[in-house]
Amino acid sequence: MSDITAIEQEALAAIAAAGDLAALDAVRVAELGKKGRVSGLMGALGKMSPEERKAQGPLLNTLKTRVDEAIRVRKAALEAAELEARLVTERVDLTLPPAPGPGEGALHPVMQVFEEIAAIFGDMGFTVAEGPDIEDDWHNFTALNFPLGHPARETHDTFFMKAMEGDTPKVLRTHTSPVQVRTMMEEKPPIRILVPGRVYRNDWDATHTPMFHQVEGLVIEKGIHMGHLKGCLIDFVKAFFEVDTVVSRFRPHFFPFTEPSAEMDVKYSRKGDAIEIGEGDRWMEILGCGMVHPNVLRNCGIDPDVHQGFAFGMGVDRLAMLKYGMPDLRPYFEADPQWTRHYGFSPWLTPSVSGGLS
Amino acid sequence: MRFSLSWLNDHLVTKASLQNILDLMLKAGLEVEEVIDPREKLAPFTVCKVIEAKPHPDADKLRVCTVETIDGTKQIVCGAPNARTGMTAIYAPLGTFIPGLDFALDKKPRAIRGIESHGMMCSSRELETGDDHDGIIDLQGDFKVGTPAAEALGQTDPVIDFEVTPNRPDWLGVQGIARDLAAAGAGRFLRNDPKKINGSYDCPVDIKLEAAEACPMFAGALIRGVTNGPSPDWMQARLKAAGLQPKSLLVDVTNYISLDRARPLHVYDAAKLSGAVVARLGKAGEKLEALDGKTYPVTEDMCVIADSSGVIGLGGVMGGVSTAVSAETTDVFIESAWFDPLRTARTGRATGIHSDARYRFERGVDPQSCVDGLNLAIALILEYGGGQVSKAKIAGSIPIRTKKVTFYPVDVERLTGLIVKPAEMKRILKDLEFDIEDAGDAWYLMPPSHRFDMEQSADIVEEIARLIGFDQLPTTSLPLPEGGRRVITTPRQARVAISRRVMAARGFLEAVTWSFMAREHAELFGKTEDALGVANPVASELNYMRPSALGNLAQAAQRARNRGERTVRLFEAGPIYLGDGPKDQRTVVAGLVLPAAERHWQGRAAPYDAYAAKADLFALLAALGQPGDRFQVAAPTQPHWHPGQAASLKLGPKMTVANFGALHPGVLKALDVEGPVYAFELNLNALPVMKVKATKTRPVLERAELTPIRRDLAFLVDAGVAAGEIVRHAQSAEKQLITCVDVFDVYQGQGVAEGKKSVAIEVTLQPKEALKDEQIQQVMERIVASVAKGTGGVLRG
Repeated sequence: MSDITAIEQEALAAIAAAGDLAALDAVRVAELGKKGRVSGLMGALGKMSPEERKAQGPLLNTLKTRVDEAIRVRKAALEAAELEARLVTERVDLTLPPAPGPGEGALHPVMQVFEEIAAIFGDMGFTVAEGPDIEDDWHNFTALNFPLGHPARETHDTFFMKAMEGDTPKVLRTHTSPVQVRTMMEEKPPIRILVPGRVYRNDWDATHTPMFHQVEGLVIEKGIHMGHLKGCLIDFVKAFFEVDTVVSRFRPHFFPFTEPSAEMDVKYSRKGDAIEIGEGDRWMEILGCGMVHPNVLRNCGIDPDVHQGFAFGMGVDRLAMLKYGMPDLRPYFEADPQWTRHYGFSPWLTPSVSGGLS
Repeated sequence: MRFSLSWLNDHLVTKASLQNILDLMLKAGLEVEEVIDPREKLAPFTVCKVIEAKPHPDADKLRVCTVETIDGTKQIVCGAPNARTGMTAIYAPLGTFIPGLDFALDKKPRAIRGIESHGMMCSSRELETGDDHDGIIDLQGDFKVGTPAAEALGQTDPVIDFEVTPNRPDWLGVQGIARDLAAAGAGRFLRNDPKKINGSYDCPVDIKLEAAEACPMFAGALIRGVTNGPSPDWMQARLKAAGLQPKSLLVDVTNYISLDRARPLHVYDAAKLSGAVVARLGKAGEKLEALDGKTYPVTEDMCVIADSSGVIGLGGVMGGVSTAVSAETTDVFIESAWFDPLRTARTGRATGIHSDARYRFERGVDPQSCVDGLNLAIALILEYGGGQVSKAKIAGSIPIRTKKVTFYPVDVERLTGLIVKPAEMKRILKDLEFDIEDAGDAWYLMPPSHRFDMEQSADIVEEIARLIGFDQLPTTSLPLPEGGRRVITTPRQARVAISRRVMAARGFLEAVTWSFMAREHAELFGKTEDALGVANPVASELNYMRPSALGNLAQAAQRARNRGERTVRLFEAGPIYLGDGPKDQRTVVAGLVLPAAERHWQGRAAPYDAYAAKADLFALLAALGQPGDRFQVAAPTQPHWHPGQAASLKLGPKMTVANFGALHPGVLKALDVEGPVYAFELNLNALPVMKVKATKTRPVLERAELTPIRRDLAFLVDAGVAAGEIVRHAQSAEKQLITCVDVFDVYQGQGVAEGKKSVAIEVTLQPKEALKDEQIQQVMERIVASVAKGTGGVLRG
């Protein structure tokens, strides 16, 4: 009895004293190995009388279990200490820079604003239509009720191509309105389209670039009147500038392809360098619009006594400027990385009416 | 165009304030650009009295004045020679901005030669109210100290600057504006029809019309014994306010009537005329020395005025020097004609002359004003220049409009949503001088002769809507279209959006560059054609429609490099032009990298190269649902690529989807770009559009139950064999089982014969049922045979 107690104390002391896994394993072999001391005692059980065995059996089993457990615990402790010691040697300097990736790029504000505008009008049921930049005179002017020689043509500062269409040179479209014509000639009403695109005018100074961007809208449906035009554009301006109130006014104007025609102004205020659209003491013109001229409908094979609708057009570069505060138009087309990183947008920002525009 | 407010009162009886007038102009459709109110500009300036002017003790030319001002008695040092005791002048307190000098006075008194000056007395040039700079303003008359300068100087008339839209030439005269303002509710319009003046003798100058299509009507009269001195002050003031410099009575009268009635006239010195005055077409070889001092060649398309000496004017555009009036003119012949708008516009464009006459004639001048304008001119000249007028001579006539406009009053509500009572519609139309025949549902309207833009019911609707006011329009949100919303973009448009996001996510900055480039640069990107040249480019380096976006991007990248950027990554999603037809435009996504040596402490930053460009392109294709291995890699199809380090992606022999790799060093040199530059250009139009499947439900997942089997094979091939060929032939050996073939090693050198290379591939098999070793071995043998047959490659021992 005292034998077993002494063996246990001895074994536990040896386990506690084992300084590494090898020493611990030597203790395990010495006690629990095939020829180990405890194994030997267990082996001797078979030679005992039943009474003796009954008395010694549980004691020896307890001894074996305790030694086994002590080894397991010690082993875990030694392993943990060893791992810790190893990890200390594996330390790296994480203040060092990682291998350079390409970094994050940026989206151009004009292209982003195109998408913002499309998201808003998409929510009103418009679909996106497109057309060519090199147009013939008929689509750019004549079909839109600019007869040959009309002084309104001169206001467009048209770029003429060396290419001809019959007797007249082709042009770089001066507005996105030719896509109205192309759409109306191909589709039957009801029509609700939004036309983004590049347009061109021969003018280059602080506020004009020879290429710029427009978005055109066209709605041809029975019963659509100028009140809808007004409502639609007021709804748009509020959504676009992300403000609750936009004080606006519609002024009569002249465009050959609409009758009646109007320009829309919004109120704004200047706070330092920033422009705040919506309220304020000044007016700013932001777009042109009107009811589609009956001559244009006829030119496109639509009966103006049956169908009617409205159209509008706006300069995207300027809208982007007003919303995001770029002070100058000229860098838009210079592809300057500093400018693009500063005014551009993250690729993960997809404008939507439900998820937010900007 | 500009006019002063008091001028408007000639034609309009109104109590409206300046602000009311401006609001009503806006309502009518006249876009006011600027209002110059001299009362505002002169607000800080007031009348003062010089109590005493003594010589300055230390300066001969200066005087020390004691001045009674609105701010009390002040000491002012003045350099004007006319400063004297007792005079009435204009005082500017300290700190005032002096418009004519374009600076503000100091806020603290300044010592001039030792004597403090507490303000300033101004000359008319300093106030921009006149040109006099010889002395300070010396007011005559009894003005109290403190009277506003504007009042004392009679400068109380605001000038309104506004824009006239091309459809309203009648607004190029103050009378026309008054008419619309009256209709908008500003007051009562005064017609002011000129009285017909009966001359005492027949006009001795004969008028002949030889080109009725160009000049169908010409009214003229002679006045003898005129004194062509300065025009009256009121007329000069109005002309100046409108931005015109007064010249002489005869010239000023024509300019005045042009501004007052939108009626251009011309005056000839009758003594310099020889023979009849003829309106005819020009003849080749003729010339005119015009009033602007330049000589213009005449063409057969132009309408000219001629006498027996030759051409003396370009009809409706500009008169000539040889018959111009001068201070010595005593006999004047007045022309009041009507010129065809289109021909006038062509002559104007051909000569480049921008005259007030051209501006009006090409937009349309009221035909009825031919005789009225003549009578008005005669009356003004007789009144201010004297003389005896002949009977008017009128050659030709302008056909009077007989076609009425049919107007349906219901269209007002149909097109605008406005509900307007018929009586109100009639009131507006009458104010605008329409003649109305009310036939119930339709009204037959005769527009006034000065309106050229009235054809149909919608035109009338606009007149009514604008004069009711667009602020009265209902505001109605657009109802959703029948059937609800639709997908708003086409598949190609959606691809542009995805492409832009993929590129930006891969570190590229989005550029929007000109659709133009220099033709000499465009040549580097393929054969150019005249049709794509811009006939009137804004700059010579922007004279051609670009066949590729890469030229502009490469130049932008170089600009960025010059500003110190290291690796520049740019992309553009935009158009290129393969021809001038409506279907010749393509949308491309072009990516371009100008790499810089990037260093890293681990030393493993791989430089951007043609393979990196391929990786970016293939990532983009994968995002567009078009994995790159679906295409064949072939030689580049465009001349701007490095012949050995670039390739094209094709779908069949004719359809090229993209080119990628290194740009040609020669092209870069011509563009002034320091390469190497790596790029790709993907033509989104060439990319197949996947058919929309009938169901959105995905097929059931067929999970691979067995682990894939991977085997390595190395082949010896001729060095010229493309690795892609080995992959392709390996893959085609067993299409069902092989899911992937990857090249993991390419080796040339020791152990490989000269002119050969070793290409090692890893083949992945995905069996559906367990394969025995012999079966796998058979597949490997088929692969070896296929590669051998296709490339001549042999398994490396």
